[in-house]
Amino acid sequence: MYILFAVISLTALGLALGFMLGAAARYFKVEDNPLVDEIEKMMPGSQCGQCGFPGCRPAAEALVAGKASATLCPPGGKALAEQLANKLSLEIDLAGVEDQAPMVARVAEAACIGCTRCLKICPTDAIVGAPKQIHAVVADACIACGKCVEVCPTECLGMQPVKTTLRNWRWAKPELAAAGA
Amino acid sequence: MVVLDIDTLWRRRSKIRGGVHPEPRKEATADKPIVTAFPLPERLYLPLQQHLGQPAEPVVRVGEKVLKGQVLAESRGAVSASVHASTSGTVAGIAEYPAPHPSGLPTPTIVLEPDGEDRWIEGEGEVDPFGLSPEEICARVDRAGIVGMGGAAFPSAMKLNLGWKTRINTLIINGGECEPYLTCDDRLMRERAAEIVEGVRIMLHGLQCPTALIAIEDNKPEACAAMLDAAKRHGRIEVVPVPSLYPMGWEKNLVTHLTGKEVPAGGRPTDVGVLLHNVATAYAVQQAIRYGRPLIGRVVTVSGEAVESPRNVEAPLGTLLSELLAFCGHRPERTARYVMGGPMMGDHLPHVQVPLVKRTSGILALTPEEIQAADARPCIRCGRCVSACPVGLLPLEMMSRIRAGQLDAAVNFGLRDCIGCSSCSYVCPSRIPLVHYFKYASGELMARQQAQQKTEWTNRLAEEKRRRLEKAKQAAAQRKAQASVKEDAS
Amino acid sequence: MSKVDLPVAPFIRADHPVQAIMTQVILALVPATGFGLFLFGWPAFYLFSITVLSAVLFEAVCLKLAGKSASLFLWDGSALLTGWLLALSLPPWAPWWIGVTGAGLAIVVGKQVYGGIGQNLFNPAMLARVALLVSFPLEMTAWIKPAPLFSEHAPGLLEAWRITFGGSGAIDGLASATVIGHVKTELSQGRPLGDALASGQFGLAGAWLGWSPGSLGETPALLVAGGGVWLLRKRIITWHIPVSLLATVAVLASVFHLVDSARYLGPLWHLGSGGVMLAAFFIATDYVTSPGSPKGQLIFGTGCGLLIFVIRTFGGFPEGVGFAVLLMNALTPVIDYYVRPRIYGRDHKGRPLKLPESRE
Repeated sequence: MYILFAVISLTALGLALGFMLGAAARYFKVEDNPLVDEIEKMMPGSQCGQCGFPGCRPAAEALVAGKASATLCPPGGKALAEQLANKLSLEIDLAGVEDQAPMVARVAEAACIGCTRCLKICPTDAIVGAPKQIHAVVADACIACGKCVEVCPTECLGMQPVKTTLRNWRWAKPELAAAGA
Repeated sequence: MVVLDIDTLWRRRSKIRGGVHPEPRKEATADKPIVTAFPLPERLYLPLQQHLGQPAEPVVRVGEKVLKGQVLAESRGAVSASVHASTSGTVAGIAEYPAPHPSGLPTPTIVLEPDGEDRWIEGEGEVDPFGLSPEEICARVDRAGIVGMGGAAFPSAMKLNLGWKTRINTLIINGGECEPYLTCDDRLMRERAAEIVEGVRIMLHGLQCPTALIAIEDNKPEACAAMLDAAKRHGRIEVVPVPSLYPMGWEKNLVTHLTGKEVPAGGRPTDVGVLLHNVATAYAVQQAIRYGRPLIGRVVTVSGEAVESPRNVEAPLGTLLSELLAFCGHRPERTARYVMGGPMMGDHLPHVQVPLVKRTSGILALTPEEIQAADARPCIRCGRCVSACPVGLLPLEMMSRIRAGQLDAAVNFGLRDCIGCSSCSYVCPSRIPLVHYFKYASGELMARQQAQQKTEWTNRLAEEKRRRLEKAKQAAAQRKAQASVKEDAS
Repeated sequence: MSKVDLPVAPFIRADHPVQAIMTQVILALVPATGFGLFLFGWPAFYLFSITVLSAVLFEAVCLKLAGKSASLFLWDGSALLTGWLLALSLPPWAPWWIGVTGAGLAIVVGKQVYGGIGQNLFNPAMLARVALLVSFPLEMTAWIKPAPLFSEHAPGLLEAWRITFGGSGAIDGLASATVIGHVKTELSQGRPLGDALASGQFGLAGAWLGWSPGSLGETPALLVAGGGVWLLRKRIITWHIPVSLLATVAVLASVFHLVDSARYLGPLWHLGSGGVMLAAFFIATDYVTSPGSPKGQLIFGTGCGLLIFVIRTFGGFPEGVGFAVLLMNALTPVIDYYVRPRIYGRDHKGRPLKLPESRE
């Protein structure tokens, strides 16, 4: 008799609580629009397309919808992947993410023919020059999307790691075998 | 004259938190006088940046002959300092040369070849400091290229100016020297107390400030006695022995201990009416104002058990540290580590072919027994780091968050308030390099902030370009439409 | 970016590595352990040895399975200490498999499964003790009166072997309950406190000096306290947890004893029995499972003391130390998160201090 009563009451409790949870999930759902904006702000903004999406906003939308992993952005590297994962509470496997050294494009002036193709394709106007004049990359504005390298007809554009100077030198993360084990 | 009144006693009740007691290891150099007869090196290497802020800009050319004390590079911008010739000679080059930095990366450096004559540039001779106005004192300190000699290397003229503008009421002279091995300030106080006290008086005059407190750790009784003797005729200067504790020399520790006030986070001691300067800076100020001598040399402690005759040496700026070590009988085969500064907060140097700069208070050649390097083990959460931290942070929590990549959580536990004193790493039984984690995390946060600023900027650039292209497209379409309309009309 | 792991300050270190700390804690336990072994004879010695040995062996096996360096971890003294503390909390004449099972639970479940040293949430020795108590209540409450070595009741080497390894159990006439256990039973049967103590032939001096039934670590309360004070002087532990724990127990016991001295044991009884001293100085002060900040430690110690008193007095078990410590261990992360030292230059909420008005 008691057992029957216990079973009935616990089942009823379970049903009621489950119902409440379901209702809350539906009616108190947080709209994700502000999240997409915030994610988009974190992206490099170069619309380079290396993630496979046609731009940073579609990539942000895909991330929020759960259709892309947080490691999708190569220029963002490990730092961006971590930040995205934290923001969206995602699990990520950082092992596969290569932390590229920050790159910057560079014109090998000897081979430049002044065709302005790279000038026109650069999304941030980081290449200066004029037709028939040697072009140059403004390093501070270059986001290393790689588009200029693709269009250059004489292959005089290449990506190089940003030179480490005293101004941008940083301490590396300590790698401790024993402590990390 | 030392005044022990109720007010002072009340001030001294303030408690200092945390801190550690490393072995002083000062016996090797503390009782030997400063060597002033260091031979002039064959070449001097003067980096354009020996201070916080913008590097100085060269005003001499290669091949130019210069005199001792002549300006070689002018300060540039609001926060900067000039560089002067440490002796007379020829400018042999202005090029990249390894900086005294753990990375060993190069920095623009002026190479000076001494001509052996050591001739001073002409000056106005001896000047009465107290006949000058406060603004003139600041200007002369600036022209002399004086920066904080305790290691911070902040341009002193800027600090004096700030102190004067904010009308501070207490000047604290930091004679703490809490790092092990270092005794350069100790010897300076013992041997040149009169000059230091005059420097303090000049600073007081320049700041229009009523009181100066000279804080000396109580493990330096001779220095205390010498400074007491020199200061006894001056009522506004008080010599205060402070407890021997690391890091007693941390400026906020001194402010709280001596005045009872606490500097707000993100603020400076001037916010509570206090300004601090190192004793060696006071000495440099005296030399600059009374004798017109710019900052061209300093006393540096050469020590460590791999050095046969450790001493304090007064050497010209630009001297290679290897020459200083050789002068004191250095044994490279016994050296496990070169340290610039003290062992608690100093920088490791990959090699010592780097120059002596304004902020170098010591160069140590340490043997393996002295450093006792050991592998790090997992954290056992003993909490010694929490007890040792003078700021009140939680190093074990910050470290575990940084290891997991959660830098924001580490900031939550106080990462931005860390002063890098290494008290926590010093006491850790598991030998975890805590400060290494914090330095890495701070650098990483700065890099992310810079990356974010760059992202915002490049986003704007991209947006502008898109709009420009859009407009051009529309203009082209309009022209086409107009052209076709005209065609139809005609 | 610095890709090479460059040495960073400090370049000198304090001279107390982990092994040194563990060694000193073990040294502090030696007097109490030695006396306890003397009091309870050879069976206790066998049990103690097998427990400690099993602890070290289990640790070695786990380290091997996890691929960690044995030389770095096995000999740092932590497994030895865990086994030691567990052995001190067992009934001295318990069968060998209690010791082995307990060691296994402590090392494998209580420590290695969480990730090894420094990662566990609960005190391993207490986890094992409580698990054993709940699973094998009979063996874990089979207390005996002290039968010191070389005295007439003491079993010889062979007989002791049979007791520990042969499962022959306690010698009749020596079996007894602990002070608290006996008192609880008597009180529940309606007899007043004074009679309860007299019928069990319990004396206060006996409780403190060790001549009363109990585990190895609870009977010589004075020696345990002495070891604890030595640890305090050596700065291995700080005063916050022991003082708050003992003070809470003492204050609560005093208050209740004053209110009704026929029902509630006085503070000296509480402090001298049931392993409170061991808990205060050696168990609750375990680094890994207690809070890191001094204020947090005070809260932790007070909570332990409160729970110990409540469980002992009003709970179903005669002894509350194990449960109290485990419950407070569960609260340690919460305490650590909310109770932090005040940062220099900031107020308790973490905001920067306001500038003095005269200077704004």
